[in-house]
Amino acid sequence: MQNDTDHLLRAILSDVLGLKPGQADTFTAQTGLFGHLPELDSMAVAGLLTEIEDRLDIIVEDEDVDGDLLADYGSLLNFVLARRGAA
Amino acid sequence: MTQWPCPLPGGGMADEWALVEKPEGAPSARLLIVPALFDEANKLRRFTIEVMRRLAASGIACVLPDLPGFNESILPLAAQTPGDWQIAMEGAARHFGCSHVLTIRGGALASPREVPGWHYAPVAGASQMRQMLRARILAAREAGRSETQDSLLEHGRTHGLELAGYRLGADFIAEFGGMVAQGGPDVQVITQDLLGGPGLWLRPEPGEDSGQADALAAVIAVGLAQREAA
Repeated sequence: MQNDTDHLLRAILSDVLGLKPGQADTFTAQTGLFGHLPELDSMAVAGLLTEIEDRLDIIVEDEDVDGDLLADYGSLLNFVLARRGAA
Repeated sequence: MTQWPCPLPGGGMADEWALVEKPEGAPSARLLIVPALFDEANKLRRFTIEVMRRLAASGIACVLPDLPGFNESILPLAAQTPGDWQIAMEGAARHFGCSHVLTIRGGALASPREVPGWHYAPVAGASQMRQMLRARILAAREAGRSETQDSLLEHGRTHGLELAGYRLGADFIAEFGGMVAQGGPDVQVITQDLLGGPGLWLRPEPGEDSGQADALAAVIAVGLAQREAA
């Protein structure tokens, strides 16, 4: 589940942000997202969360979306893993 | 561009515009194309027209009408409902003599009943609504205001709501979130993975992808030929 989710999440980030091929593969848990990637503005955040919901079959509530969720790749991955595990 | 008489839900007609791409000498359109909705309509318009040009080059006449309230339409978007769009697209299919339909993304929710064809990457009303609500909530939060999806929807169902720059009426808000594309034996879904790349609606700057336009046009051209041979 972890490898599968990790792979899917990198693919979603790559598709939604139009990253260069291979760029998402270089992300580590500490890679900063919101405020670090110029592609990730608030409109892109809305699109990203909707795509995560659709492709990973989870629900992201309003209150889940705070500064920590998109601080770095590791925090987003951990959130998604927790939601998928609970589903 | 050509003007056509679009039927209105309460009776009467309004002049609306449609883009026609057809081979030399083709008498009428065979394929009705229902465009994507909201911001995705802008992001996918170029792609949609690229697909139409490829189909026309292979002998298939296509027509892309505006949905009432979008693009060149002068009708107010706030007065539209998804059902009005469906009536409009059924009128377009009749007026232009279309035998088949290709809907793009949320356009599937306005697909004319009883017309066979394809839904390209259809998306549910709930998913589109959620994304627009979320964008509004995030923008409000940056401005120091707190909004929630539930409170916005409750307000919207009575008073209408502005989402992502679109003014939507109360009836629209009440209906749209519960809508899903209606399938049927004569309607096939074309999923994005058939086109060999990420959906162009996902990116802030969609650009173009001639490979994806080739792939979608090929699926339709082959499918039409098979249906006619059957």
